[in-house]
Amino acid sequence: MTKYKHKPPWVVVLQRFSANKMGVIGTILIACLVIVALFAPLLEPYSYKEQNIAIANEPPSLNHIMGTDDFGRDLLSRTIRGARISFVVGVLSVLISVVIGLVIGSIAGFYGGVIDLVLTTIADLTWSMPAILIALLLVAIIGAGLESVVVAIGLSYWAQYARLVRGQILSLKSAVFIEATKSMGASDYVILFKHLLPNSLSPVIVAATIGIGNAIVLEATLGFLGMGAQPPTPSWGAMMSNGTAYLFISPWMIIFPGLAMMITVLGFNLFGDALIDIMDVKNKESS
Amino acid sequence: MWIYVLRRTLLLIPLFFIISVVVFSLIHLVPGDPIDSLLGPGSTSADKIELVKAHGLDKPLTVQYFVWLKNFVTGDMGQSIIEKQPVADMIFYNMPFTVRLGLASLFISFFLGILLGIISAAAKNTFIDYISMIIALLGVTVPAFWLGLILMLIFSVMLGWFPVSGSGNLQTLVLPAITVGMGGAGLIARITRVSMLEMFNKEFVLLLYAKGLSKPAIIIKHVFRNALMPVITIFGLRLGWILGGAVTIEIVFSRPGIGNMLLSALYRRDYPVVQASLIFLTMAVIIGAFIADIMYSYADPRVRDVYK
Amino acid sequence: MSILQVKELQVTFVVDKKKVTPIENVSFEMNAGEVLGMVGETGSGKSLTAHAIMGLTSLVGGTIGGSITFKGRDLLLLSEKEMQSVRGSQIAFIPQNPMTSLDPVYRVGNQIVEGLCKQVKIGKRQAKQQVIELMGKLHIPKPDRVFQQYPHQLSGGLKQRIVIAMGLCANPSILIADEPTTALDVTVQAQIMLLFKEMTRTRNIGLFLITHDLGVIAQVCDKVAVMYAGTMVEFGKIREVFNSPRHPYTKALLQCIPHIGMEKGSLAAIFGNVPSVDTYPSGCRYHPRCSSSDSLCEESPPLLLQIESDSRVACHHYLGKKD
Repeated sequence: MTKYKHKPPWVVVLQRFSANKMGVIGTILIACLVIVALFAPLLEPYSYKEQNIAIANEPPSLNHIMGTDDFGRDLLSRTIRGARISFVVGVLSVLISVVIGLVIGSIAGFYGGVIDLVLTTIADLTWSMPAILIALLLVAIIGAGLESVVVAIGLSYWAQYARLVRGQILSLKSAVFIEATKSMGASDYVILFKHLLPNSLSPVIVAATIGIGNAIVLEATLGFLGMGAQPPTPSWGAMMSNGTAYLFISPWMIIFPGLAMMITVLGFNLFGDALIDIMDVKNKESS
Repeated sequence: MWIYVLRRTLLLIPLFFIISVVVFSLIHLVPGDPIDSLLGPGSTSADKIELVKAHGLDKPLTVQYFVWLKNFVTGDMGQSIIEKQPVADMIFYNMPFTVRLGLASLFISFFLGILLGIISAAAKNTFIDYISMIIALLGVTVPAFWLGLILMLIFSVMLGWFPVSGSGNLQTLVLPAITVGMGGAGLIARITRVSMLEMFNKEFVLLLYAKGLSKPAIIIKHVFRNALMPVITIFGLRLGWILGGAVTIEIVFSRPGIGNMLLSALYRRDYPVVQASLIFLTMAVIIGAFIADIMYSYADPRVRDVYK
Repeated sequence: MSILQVKELQVTFVVDKKKVTPIENVSFEMNAGEVLGMVGETGSGKSLTAHAIMGLTSLVGGTIGGSITFKGRDLLLLSEKEMQSVRGSQIAFIPQNPMTSLDPVYRVGNQIVEGLCKQVKIGKRQAKQQVIELMGKLHIPKPDRVFQQYPHQLSGGLKQRIVIAMGLCANPSILIADEPTTALDVTVQAQIMLLFKEMTRTRNIGLFLITHDLGVIAQVCDKVAVMYAGTMVEFGKIREVFNSPRHPYTKALLQCIPHIGMEKGSLAAIFGNVPSVDTYPSGCRYHPRCSSSDSLCEESPPLLLQIESDSRVACHHYLGKKD
């Protein structure tokens, strides 16, 4: 009948996304990271943990593109292995944050009143604190190591997701279709889980994308302060922490893991920014 | 207006209580007993009990809390377990360094961020816009400690323009302040740009052109003035995020300061020092947000009226 | 000698690498002390015509063709800098929506002073004095108090008067008012319209009034220009156009006005919709909705014919069916 064929929404989103140059660059960067993380053992030219003091602190050369560290380990191999660690840490810790944020945000938004006030105050307070401070304290409590770093980062970043979810639920709660569902006698749980939450997810997904980048930086910072993954683990933060002592002798120990991290975080940010543009999500605050 | 300021100030008091409770109880969750590290080899359990008593650690936690709070408010922040000196002295020695670094980096954040934001909004979708936004994005994404190390490598080691570390003169402040400021500048530049572009589309801008005003006048006096409001809001909310960089940067540049003090106390489980520096850092963030809030209500007549 | 003469005005934009022409074939002239009404449906290019006269379309990337002669000078040949001294002081503008047309963070009085000081060499204090005086003349109660207030503290009617004061402050020769009363209550509308009429008389200003309300046109205008889909279809003295419309669209438009005593059910509506700028039909843009269109109308756009010194019409059938 009609002349216009309606394209499915995902096609529209995809089309708009591919028109966004920055978003495409971000996607490529993330894809590279995922590939490197997945196939790390195949891509590493040398063993990431084999020590060889004879070639310690060697500058970048054809044999060792990124040079070697103080134990003579190949920095390229370690940086590749670090990609895997960073990616896992980033994704897992954001997952923790999102789950906590979803629970707290939906309780606050859905029940309102005193519960809302208390939860919102706590979330606002947490959010206004430097994440590094919260994470440091938590690591001090639960002990250093990669697992506790993941948990600590997860617990440091939940507040922004809680705020987002709460805001979304509040604005959706008065939407016509929710009123309609209520009038048909749906229970609180059905409304919350079947209607409110699924509809408030898109800004959370966008924030989570950028959040992975932030989590990776936080992991590295903790590692740098000696509170993160412990030495033999080739996390980017631990590598750089180790390299600080050799800043003037072999700066490549810091430059390359840092560059790798910068490119990764840039990828997640570009990707997230593009999502914001396309989905027209109002969450400038999380930028 | 003054009533509003007063009410906001009073709100700080319960906030202080919440923070003090959280800080106090968090510290007691930390495993490991600092008393153990104080005991020399060959000391008996009687020695330990004595020490515990001396530090008041045998009383119930609630009592410990109120004693601690009362002392804290009256300026007695306890004795550093490791350094063997009053915590208050350590705080007041270190505080000025952190304040100097904080203010300098906030200035850089604001100045550079707003400059980049205005330039890229005015030159939307041009080469200049892209360059400014890439700089801003790098500011947001590059980890502060890494940027600090790289700046140190280039400007101190290779060029020799600035000292590698230290805290004496203004020169030692330049690199740390730029390092911390870059993150804030990136954030502020991005918000300024978005906010300015939003304001450009407002109807009142058309009338400004129709009044015969020039584009620069419209951008600075009206568009930017209006765009500043969301910038102040976000700035207040993210102040902690900007200053978070300062904690690590003090380590990178081996500067004295609250952050540096906190970290070394954390390694050595020096409770009283950790507690005091945490409270000071947190309160700094909250008071910063409070000032931003006051500034905001001062800058926007609509907000001002709500509280009249 | 008319004060403003617009000849074959054309505005083009490039959207997605395609050229669109939202304004074409618009010609009219206007005298001092006279009210010229421009009427048309939403999207017929009325506001854009106003922006073109003010030289504001170039700001959003449009290109203007034809000529706009103001006091013997072609405005299209002026530089942006020269245009800035014309805007506000020679040709002033009153925007569509007073609610959102004031900067929310400055006192309204200072916003008027800002425009005045830009155009006239005058001290701040003297400017303030003059503005408060003008506000009084515009029937703003307690002008010295209102001067100090912010836009959000004022009612719509007051904001409208502030915006009018802003337009009048530098004593312009032409005032362009873009639907100045749509955002207001009916009673306030009538007051504002009276105010306009009064200002044009006492200050000998040419008022260019844009509206979609034929009632307003009949009440205050001396001449009327009818727009359809970005083209001018008819232009003439108010009486002539209302009593003996020449263009089928004008006729249809006038039949859409209800009046007391008409038979129930006889109110007409124009079949179809106004096309949007990227779907303008070939030939006469009105032909798909016109009852008397033929193949000629489909193929070639009609010229805007000058019939008398002050009247024009753009219709292939006008000459043939002169009655």
